[in-house]
Amino acid sequence: MAHAIRRPLFRKPSVLPGFGLTLGYTLAYLGLIVLLPLAALVVRGTGLGVEGMVEALATPRVLNAFRVSISTSLAAAIVNTVFGLVVAWVLVRYDFPLKRVVDALVDLPFALPTAVAGIALTALYADNGWIGQYLAALGIKVAFTPLGIFVALTFVGLPFVVRTVQPVLEDLDREIEEAAASLGATRRQTFRMVVLPYLSPALMTGFSLAFARGLGEYGSVIFIAGNLPNVSEIVPLLIVIKLEQYDYAGATTIGVAMLAMSFVMLLVINLLQNWSRRWSTG
Amino acid sequence: MVDGVMTSETADAPAPAPTAEPWPVRWLLIGTALAFLLLFLLLPLVAVFIEAGREGWEAYRDALVEPDAQAAIGLTLLVAAISVPLNLVFGLCAAWCIAKFEFRGKSLLVTLIDLPFAVSPVVSGLIYVLLFGAQGWLGGIVGELGFKVIFAVPGIVLATIFVTFPFVARELIPLMEQQGTDEEEAARVLGAGGWRTFLWVTLPNVKWGLLYGVLLCNARAMGEFGAVSVVSGHIRGETNTMPLHIEILYNEYQFVAAFAVASLLAGLALVTLVVKSLLEWRYAGELAASHRH
Repeated sequence: MAHAIRRPLFRKPSVLPGFGLTLGYTLAYLGLIVLLPLAALVVRGTGLGVEGMVEALATPRVLNAFRVSISTSLAAAIVNTVFGLVVAWVLVRYDFPLKRVVDALVDLPFALPTAVAGIALTALYADNGWIGQYLAALGIKVAFTPLGIFVALTFVGLPFVVRTVQPVLEDLDREIEEAAASLGATRRQTFRMVVLPYLSPALMTGFSLAFARGLGEYGSVIFIAGNLPNVSEIVPLLIVIKLEQYDYAGATTIGVAMLAMSFVMLLVINLLQNWSRRWSTG
Repeated sequence: MVDGVMTSETADAPAPAPTAEPWPVRWLLIGTALAFLLLFLLLPLVAVFIEAGREGWEAYRDALVEPDAQAAIGLTLLVAAISVPLNLVFGLCAAWCIAKFEFRGKSLLVTLIDLPFAVSPVVSGLIYVLLFGAQGWLGGIVGELGFKVIFAVPGIVLATIFVTFPFVARELIPLMEQQGTDEEEAARVLGAGGWRTFLWVTLPNVKWGLLYGVLLCNARAMGEFGAVSVVSGHIRGETNTMPLHIEILYNEYQFVAAFAVASLLAGLALVTLVVKSLLEWRYAGELAASHRH
């Protein structure tokens, strides 16, 4: 009976079996597949020392790759936030033909392999492509320029904002908008001062998810980017190039830098999601 | 109506809701959304099939029956057949201990399980090169045992498991948390053993959510490019999966062949989307709350 009054240190007692087995397997599998390899990267990277890492990162080519990756991801995430809000709004508030098909299609970038998206977008936006030929006539080159990277990242980031805003918008009580209207607010004022603040945590979460995805994206970008060093070369491609040259130290350093950026984005996204949850529940 | 002008049309129509947009705004928004989706989603999808069929049925078929393409298709199926079941078992284990028990450090564990989604595909491949490559921690041991991991099939499988790691677990955890432990406890009280409880009570309750997770896991496993590209070594007929085969064909300017192989993966993506949507519409109540649109 002594067990019954002892406060649980690690877990609450339960009549269900299998806790030790399943937790053990989960931890072992997680450790072997995810944590050990990630630790290998971090240890190999820090083994180079701060000086070695800075030296490997502070070359013009690497810095330019970071500039290209960050600026194109940012631009794509901004465009996706604006249009993602419009798409989510239309899907939640209005009725139109084939709405369900359109709703399902939004997830296409999650389902379509990135290499397939990459060659398809290149076929569309090359100078002789379906869309590219009209843009080329206007003097706009998309494929094989940073603009092409932006197009690819817009494609892969598209579902994030729509799918984070959509459920929040569905939960928004129409009575709040009615109250605003009955107090004399115009539709525009209601949207700007009531609806938009309510959606802003979700919008920022979606923006961050799209941005983080853009930073790491590889498959859809390399076909359309042209991969010109210092101009349209993204950071993940630089890791691949360093590996092909057997420059493991260089690849490791850039890998650690990218991992650090992923962790920062993960932290930001977690904070935003917590804020969003508190915001929408009261 | 404000000016007192009331035609028969406006008299019959219900008064416009104060929370609705006027119809020009409405149609402008719908038009903008559809144009954006057409340009960025539908056109690329259509382009895959049209480019694949550009030189007719014969050329399309030839690209798919050619030995290297067949080897790539076979390898892709093999890799998915190994990695998806492994992540399925892991997902069930993780969901069981996380959703059915209360213990310390749970939220940290959930965050760690989601970690692979935050890592760039290229970094996901790089970590295995650093671990199992010639100078890696485990590279020496593996080499002495006569195994080859990097630039061989085991490396491709490992990288695929990593990038598809969270799919099943993150689908099942919220679903099983939501369902609680009442039914399992009742089964136990009525004398069912642990396995019996799991197979007859838990599993039927989560079957559609499980299928949903497996479906997404499989789509990513068959389509993964970046991580697999880093560890594969691109040996034709041996370590090329379908996405890598597409890249080689494309870089050799064999566009029709590249799009022919791509059309198979695009077809898989469409099937995935259709089944996923059907699950969301029919079994909304039996999927995790996040999918109830």
